[in-house]
Amino acid sequence: MTEGKVVGVNGNMVTVEVEGDVSMNEVAYVASGGKKLKAEVIRIRGRRAEMQVFEMSRGIGIGDKVEFTANLLSVRLGPGLLAQIYDGLQNPLPELAARCGFFLERGIYLSPLDEEKEWPFTPVAKAGDALMAADTLGTVPEGIFSHRIMVPFYMKGSLKVVKIAPAGAYRISDTIAELEDENSKRFPVTMCFSWPVKRPITCYSERLRPGEPMVTKIRIIDTFIPIARGGTYCIPGPFGAGKTVLQQVTSRNAEIDIVIIAACGERAGEVVETLKEFPKLIDPRTGRTLMERTIIICNTSSMPVAAREASVYTAVTLAEYYRQMGLHVLLLADSTSRWAQALREMSGRLEEIPGEEAFPAYLESVIASFYERAGLVRLRDNSSGSVTIGGTVSPAGGNFDEPVTKSTLKVVGAFHGLSRERSDARKYPAIHPLESWSKYPGLIDESGTEYARDILFRGNEVNQMMKVVGEEGTSLEDYELFLKGDFIDSVYLQQDSYDPVDASVSTERQRHVFRLLFSVLVARFDFGSKESARGFFNQLRQKFIDYNGSAWQSAEFNDLESGIKAFLATQQVGVEAGGNKIREALESGK
Amino acid sequence: MKKVYSRIEAIAGNVITVSAGDVQYGELATVSSAHGSSLAEVIRLYENKVSLQVFAGSRGISTGDKVRFLGHPMQVSFSDDLLGRIFDGGGKPRDKGPELGENMIEIGGPAVNPAMRIIPRNMIRTGIPMIDLFNSLVESQKLPIFSVSGEPYNQLLARIAMQAEVDLIILGGMGLKYDDYLFFKETLEQGGALSRAVFFVHTASDPIVECLLVPDISLAVAEGFALKGKKVLVLLTDMTNFADALKEIAITMEQVPSNRGYPGDLYSQLAARYEKAVDFSGAGSITILGVTTMPGDDVTHPVPDNTGYITEGQYYLKNGRIEPFGSLSRLKQLVNKDTRPDHRALMDSMITLYAAYKESLEKKSMGFKMTDWDQKLLKYGVIFEQRMMDLSVNIPLESALDNGWQILASCFSPEETRLRSELIKKFWPSPGGGAD
Ligand SMILES: Nc1ncnc2c1ncn2[C@@H]1O[C@H](COP(=O)(O)OP(=O)(O)O)[C@@H](O)[C@H]1O
Ligand SMILES: [Mg+2]
Repeated sequence: MTEGKVVGVNGNMVTVEVEGDVSMNEVAYVASGGKKLKAEVIRIRGRRAEMQVFEMSRGIGIGDKVEFTANLLSVRLGPGLLAQIYDGLQNPLPELAARCGFFLERGIYLSPLDEEKEWPFTPVAKAGDALMAADTLGTVPEGIFSHRIMVPFYMKGSLKVVKIAPAGAYRISDTIAELEDENSKRFPVTMCFSWPVKRPITCYSERLRPGEPMVTKIRIIDTFIPIARGGTYCIPGPFGAGKTVLQQVTSRNAEIDIVIIAACGERAGEVVETLKEFPKLIDPRTGRTLMERTIIICNTSSMPVAAREASVYTAVTLAEYYRQMGLHVLLLADSTSRWAQALREMSGRLEEIPGEEAFPAYLESVIASFYERAGLVRLRDNSSGSVTIGGTVSPAGGNFDEPVTKSTLKVVGAFHGLSRERSDARKYPAIHPLESWSKYPGLIDESGTEYARDILFRGNEVNQMMKVVGEEGTSLEDYELFLKGDFIDSVYLQQDSYDPVDASVSTERQRHVFRLLFSVLVARFDFGSKESARGFFNQLRQKFIDYNGSAWQSAEFNDLESGIKAFLATQQVGVEAGGNKIREALESGK
Repeated sequence: MKKVYSRIEAIAGNVITVSAGDVQYGELATVSSAHGSSLAEVIRLYENKVSLQVFAGSRGISTGDKVRFLGHPMQVSFSDDLLGRIFDGGGKPRDKGPELGENMIEIGGPAVNPAMRIIPRNMIRTGIPMIDLFNSLVESQKLPIFSVSGEPYNQLLARIAMQAEVDLIILGGMGLKYDDYLFFKETLEQGGALSRAVFFVHTASDPIVECLLVPDISLAVAEGFALKGKKVLVLLTDMTNFADALKEIAITMEQVPSNRGYPGDLYSQLAARYEKAVDFSGAGSITILGVTTMPGDDVTHPVPDNTGYITEGQYYLKNGRIEPFGSLSRLKQLVNKDTRPDHRALMDSMITLYAAYKESLEKKSMGFKMTDWDQKLLKYGVIFEQRMMDLSVNIPLESALDNGWQILASCFSPEETRLRSELIKKFWPSPGGGAD
């Protein structure tokens, strides 16, 4: 085992004089004050290695001993990951609390998985089968999922099953199979193994282009700026614009198998709401609690900075692991800027040549390769699995023209930009409808959404013009366009995340409500004056907001819908050109 | 016994360097010179070179001064004897009381395990409608007042402190003007609250390094009391001075600045302090009310900007009023659901209308014809500012809500408010009834 001695300490960076070989990103432990503090090699120069310590570095002194492990920073993969709450290094926080109380104690690393729990194992492979890495040896039930016990991903070439355990109860470290490689070397295999977090898992047949929508049940997203399973998206926005709330509602309502929440360098309090509520909230799709489909990686702002950087990799590695079981996983990272800042802090200590705003020059490639770990894949057994990644970005001063936002926008498939103006006016979710974009297909026929978007766009133009020429200088026709744009905004784009009904709108309901909205958008009116036009839309809006708050297809819902239609009929004199054709597409299409 | 070193090799800014062995990162030392002695903290180790940041500053320090390492990091005495006492940033008495040396505890301790946190649940009532109704303050919240310099932020801070129902008040003053220090002292004295307060005050004329210690020392003491079951309110004013002190040290240490001279870890440094706000399940709590003055009224300046990303909202003080835009309590929804059923909806509706009023006002200033709707908004805006925003208004939340409905009814028809019909049925003042 390689050893070394501390020769320098600067913040959370220690410089170590090494005896023997070390590798980049190798894990080592610094022995200080009776504790062993975990650290990772981030630069090697001659016999000196610079390491980032994943703990407070107070108390480390010159000459302290360092033990290298020969392992890269890794996570343990196996049954029992779901419903866990880990820190950035996969240390289970509730167990840590049970041991240490209120505060995070340094140098205590607990097993991330329950070693004693027995899992009912059902073999799938048979003795004599020839398998490859990530092929299924058997399964254990984990909550609502069938958790595949797979050939460890690091194994190479064709592997013959020599022995496989019969059905029965096993602990994660019990040997359940013996495999033989092409050189006739035999390996015992257990139900768990380690994988280095910074190396993507690539045990699949092919990567596919994301196409299926990842339904969030948020109207503005699913209808106008959709996310795809296996796709990527980002949510930049100034503080207080609603990034975290948006991710929280998504983590609850998204139609996806598994959600991994990476609370990366932001408020601890925000995670607590999830921690405390998910075990009580029932997922309507499965009838089980939301916690059973969730993993929380929690490395909040006052926790060690180096572990913050690791936390997003820990999260994405767990996501890839479940993807290998043919599941669809959503990874939500809040906030990727904090992780970028952790890189910046370290880069500064390493005295690297700084790039824009002192971020390191490699920031862009680091961000790109992180988002590259999302994807829809076809596995060797022809099932498909996906990792979808959504990251928030917290740009300095709320200005999107900064390195992290710019680098992220280059690589993601959808951009949900939050606007201060909209959040100030309490227009939630404060996603800017005109500036945001998505490259993925949505729930609703594009001819319809394009029509609505056009009205939003032109309505906004009229609104801008009105600021210059005033209402009196605006034609009634233009004014109507403005009212229609405002109508889309108030009754469709805005959505009350705290209302039990409005908070999540199913695909079916979105399609239904969009058709009703559309019938308003294509209606021709003959208002005598702007006042009467405004009065009409005020009342219509009121009815629509009540409608949005009524339970899907309840009597109230049907009544309110009839009311809206009848009220519309009182003023409608016709249909805009081309409207009927789009309506047919909306009716027939999806 | 630790060795004494009597050869200081370099002095730059407030940082000195000595050659020494067996020293630990973060360890404390005393530096004794002809002008007295000061504490210093180890901030970098490289081979046998030890860099220390001198609390009293390096002015007058000579290369021949003695440095003695103490073998422990910065500590503060913690006991009930602290109550009613006033200290400087380094923990030395500023009043005439004795120096305290018992039960020393480390400052800047580890973070609370997120799994041990609980969801905040108690509203702190202040009698200020812009807070209680629109941005409720919650026990264990961390929330700064964003202010242009010259605004009465310390007055607001003191008023909330006096009105809040807490067991203990800890004032952490950074770069505090002497007059402001006296103001706090007098206000608490008059309110009979001094005996349940502890002051750690760094004034504008004290050494800059001591300014850096104020949040940690205040919060360590707060944590001690909170663990003993006390509801503690910590006032930190002004955190911009703290950030500027960080900047000064960073520049001395030749760190690459990230944004307008501030170090790249400004966010983490601020977060380490603000995240001390907590509600300990089964014990007490720490609520942090800070002040962040915004240089040039610029909320995108690195200090307010980073702060906003850390704290659970902010009160934006401008022209002597708490502005509805820019102000935010991120925890409000945890408590405003249990106050009155109309609380949330009324809050949203009134703000949306106030935003519309601002637009009309802009149109008016550009000389456009005002429509009926504009006229209604203009009327509304003025009443809103008088009866809700004016800081002299001091009423319970329930009266503020009632006032809200009256204001709406006196300006609008129900459907213009965008409120749901059921609420309107229940709360809309009957014609000729409550509306004035
Ligand atoms: N969809 C929403 N509906 C209602 N209020 C919201 C919504 N999104 C955000 N808010 C309000 O804004 C505050 C800040 O939102 P948050 O998501 O924490 O912002 P960010 O993460 O961008 O800093 C919340 O505490 C809440 O009061
Ligand atoms: Mg957030």
